[in-house]
Amino acid sequence: MTAKSDLPQGTLDLLILKVVGLGPVHGYAIAQRLQQVSRDVVQVPQGSLYPALHRLENRGLLAADWQETDTGREAKFYRLTRQGRAQLETEAASWQRLTQAVGLILRMAEGGAE
Amino acid sequence: MTWWQRVWRRTQMEEQLEKELRFHIDQHAADLIAGGQHPDEARRQARLALGGPEQVKEQCRDARGTRWLEDLWQDFRYALRTLRQKPGFAAVTLATLALGIGATTVMFTVVNGVLLKPLPYPDPSRLVAVHGQTETWNVALYGQQNLAYYDFLDCQHDSRLLALAGWLYNAGTMSEPGEAEHVEEFQASSNLFSVLGVPLFLGRAFLPEEDRAGGAPVAILGYSLWQRRFAGSPAAIGASLVLDEKRYTVVGVTRAGFRLEDQEADVYTPIGQNTAAFMQRRGPHPVGVIARLRPGATLVQAQADLALIGHHLAEQYPDTNKERGFAAQPLRVDVGDAQSTLWLLLGAVSLVLLIACANVASLLLARAVSRERELAMRVALGAARSRLIRQCLTESAVLGLAGGALGVLLAAIGIRPFLTFWPGSLPRVQEVQIDWHVLLFALAASLASGLLFGLAPALRAPAQKLEQALRAGARTVAGSSRRLHSVFVISEIALAVVLLVAAGILGRTLLRLSSLQPGLDIRNVLVTRMALSPGTLGNPEQIRAAWKDVLERGRGVPGVQSVAMVDTVPMREGNNQLGYWTTADVPPENKQPITLATSVSPDYLNVMAIPLLKGRFFNDYDRIGSELVVVIDDVLARHAFGGQEAVGQRLWVPDMDSKPVRVVGMVGHVRHWGLAGDDQAQVRDQLYYPFAQVPGPLLRRWSELMSIAVRTSIDPLSVVAPLRRAVRGVTGDQVIYEVRTMEQLAGSSLARQRFLLMLFGIFAGLALLLACIGIYGVLAYVTSQRVPEIGLRMALGASARDVMRLVLGQSLRMIFVGVGVGLATAFAAARVLEKLVAGVRSTDPSTFAIMISVLVAAALFASFLPARRASRVDPINALRQD
Repeated sequence: MTAKSDLPQGTLDLLILKVVGLGPVHGYAIAQRLQQVSRDVVQVPQGSLYPALHRLENRGLLAADWQETDTGREAKFYRLTRQGRAQLETEAASWQRLTQAVGLILRMAEGGAE
Repeated sequence: MTWWQRVWRRTQMEEQLEKELRFHIDQHAADLIAGGQHPDEARRQARLALGGPEQVKEQCRDARGTRWLEDLWQDFRYALRTLRQKPGFAAVTLATLALGIGATTVMFTVVNGVLLKPLPYPDPSRLVAVHGQTETWNVALYGQQNLAYYDFLDCQHDSRLLALAGWLYNAGTMSEPGEAEHVEEFQASSNLFSVLGVPLFLGRAFLPEEDRAGGAPVAILGYSLWQRRFAGSPAAIGASLVLDEKRYTVVGVTRAGFRLEDQEADVYTPIGQNTAAFMQRRGPHPVGVIARLRPGATLVQAQADLALIGHHLAEQYPDTNKERGFAAQPLRVDVGDAQSTLWLLLGAVSLVLLIACANVASLLLARAVSRERELAMRVALGAARSRLIRQCLTESAVLGLAGGALGVLLAAIGIRPFLTFWPGSLPRVQEVQIDWHVLLFALAASLASGLLFGLAPALRAPAQKLEQALRAGARTVAGSSRRLHSVFVISEIALAVVLLVAAGILGRTLLRLSSLQPGLDIRNVLVTRMALSPGTLGNPEQIRAAWKDVLERGRGVPGVQSVAMVDTVPMREGNNQLGYWTTADVPPENKQPITLATSVSPDYLNVMAIPLLKGRFFNDYDRIGSELVVVIDDVLARHAFGGQEAVGQRLWVPDMDSKPVRVVGMVGHVRHWGLAGDDQAQVRDQLYYPFAQVPGPLLRRWSELMSIAVRTSIDPLSVVAPLRRAVRGVTGDQVIYEVRTMEQLAGSSLARQRFLLMLFGIFAGLALLLACIGIYGVLAYVTSQRVPEIGLRMALGASARDVMRLVLGQSLRMIFVGVGVGLATAFAAARVLEKLVAGVRSTDPSTFAIMISVLVAAALFASFLPARRASRVDPINALRQD
């Protein structure tokens, strides 16, 4: 079993936006989904999930309303606002660029060592 | 949702947050149970995974961004609660602050109205005053130079950047409608009201064709005169009035409170209809000029424009305009010495506010120290240092604002009564009001005070030695606060020293000035301005006869001993200054020594009882045609002739005659500038010349300036009514106005000093009281903190006397440091007083000594009570207390 890594600074917001972007979803489901998708590699601290959700809601990137779940309980469902979608796109794009660049540097460094 | 919605719906948000987190835990637990966990274990794990629910909630609240506001609200309520718990403390601090801020606000209201407010015309920043400029003109002495009427007309016509309006102050007798009355008149160019931008209340302004010689005689009424003489009736428009024998038709009424040069005139007439000789020449310059910058023009451009016009006029009229230029300055009201008085008082009252702040600060500090344990507990429970500082500051801001609100209330009540105490007439007094500038000032003062007295207690609030504070209670850390407390007491004493010394200096000054001799006998003398019947002013012979008649009739009034004419009365406003020289080669005007010149009739010396030192005074043989004679005072004699015999010498006075005048007598110096101001006056030389020798062409002008002075054998005010009747004249239109006794004039010449002394006395008294309360409070507090220590000392053999010495010694140290700091500042303050208030001499060590002993005595008295209480400590109880 590989060791779980901590989430790099600032990426939690991006991940949340991505997950919420797939459709209205409540907090617990977001946590579950992040856990599953990252195949347990990334440790999502549940405690910081909710402050992040509230922060994003406060910034107008997420909107929330109360809906019934399949089990008939009321839960707070989050969805992306138009602004949130735009933010998701720019952040995702810049993340891509960053990881590519980092990857490039790493490969180049390996090449140099050979 | 906006942030304020979030604040209002706080409870709802809290519930939702709770619900959201519960859902999370339930759901997680359900999943774990489905995975085969025992329900209890599942719930435990779910909660562990989420972390502490309170921390999560706290972070969510932070994320919402309304945190600071909620904290503020919480602090605010907390502050109110703590204040309500200690009503005594709250009352004392609020009263102190309300007094301090209230007094400061009153002074600022006056400063704002008199000095800071723009002039009460629309767009006042575009208004300028236009002055004449010549090399030889002494601005410091005579004030700004006005313009010749023709120069004004040329500037008005030629300037492309300025719209100029001119005015001429005049006074006259209005004989119709109703009783004859002396009225103040402005002769104004037709565009005066449009340049100022002030519409008339009724009717219309002058037409350009009325503003020239031979134009239809029209007049505009001042609002007050309209109310007084025309009963505020619209029918006044079209009615007629007779002013100086000339009938005018009323065409307009000014708005209520309209003022020009801070004067509310009774009547306005067109300046162009004034055909007096001095208006037709470019030599005299009588016309005041106000101008408005035309749209787009700047002051600098306008000045260049005027300079150019001046240059042209100088080429065109080299005789009169050779060296003459014109300048424009932003328009201001000349408020005279009110300015320095106001800044002085605002300064003094700020010192009182500072003392009040120091007092409240030390009270707060005492409370903060006794709350040390509570605060330490909160730090231990996780409160951030910044959070505690903020809470303390909120508390002091609440105190400051509440005190400020009370202070503004006090100011609103107190401002009018205060203004009635102002000596003489305060310029622009009708503009002194509490407006939003004042409210803003009061708000700023309250918040600044709050910050000032709240900062020290706030900064020490989170104790560094946390565990020590928690373990031992407040008592053991008292020592560290002692130094801060001393700082407050020392600054209070220092500030009180400044105010006390200032009050002492003013008191000494007033004592010294009141004992001065005015140079004449002020008892039983009445002086009043007098206007002859306008009908007699036509020719010189009539004028001389009319004055002779007035003097004779005046002498006939029962109780009157002697009557004389005089133009400028000692200690009253108004003077005439002339240059003189002792040889025929008279230097240019600005190089000549200056003397006051007074035109009198022969009886003047008797009426005023001025001592004749040498030679003779005037008699009936000094008249037109005989040798021109003058009488000088000892000051002029010393300046002009040194030790030589002055009587018999000649003086050249260019403004009187090209030929020299003969000095026939020498009299004692009279304090013309008032008891206070005369010693420091720039012009102290005095010269008298007979009214009978004033040349015919000037008589009319001179007559307009004349007053009569009456020596009585009974109470001078009791002869006013008979005198008024006696001098009324055949036509019944001769009036006396501005009736004063010389005693009143002498008293009012000290009014400013007396007023300053009264206020400084009050401020100093307040300062002393506050400082004593401060010393008492601090010592009482510090000694109560030291009770166990004192108990220990007594248990080890210290006597009650030793303990008293201990406490008083501590107090004396603070007092002496405070006095030392205060003395240095007081010396500087004394210099300021010396500069700003006439008659003050600050180099008087006895005043300093007296005032400081008063302070030390009061301060020691205040320390005596706590010291005695400390000396009666029961050592057993004290030691057991812990």
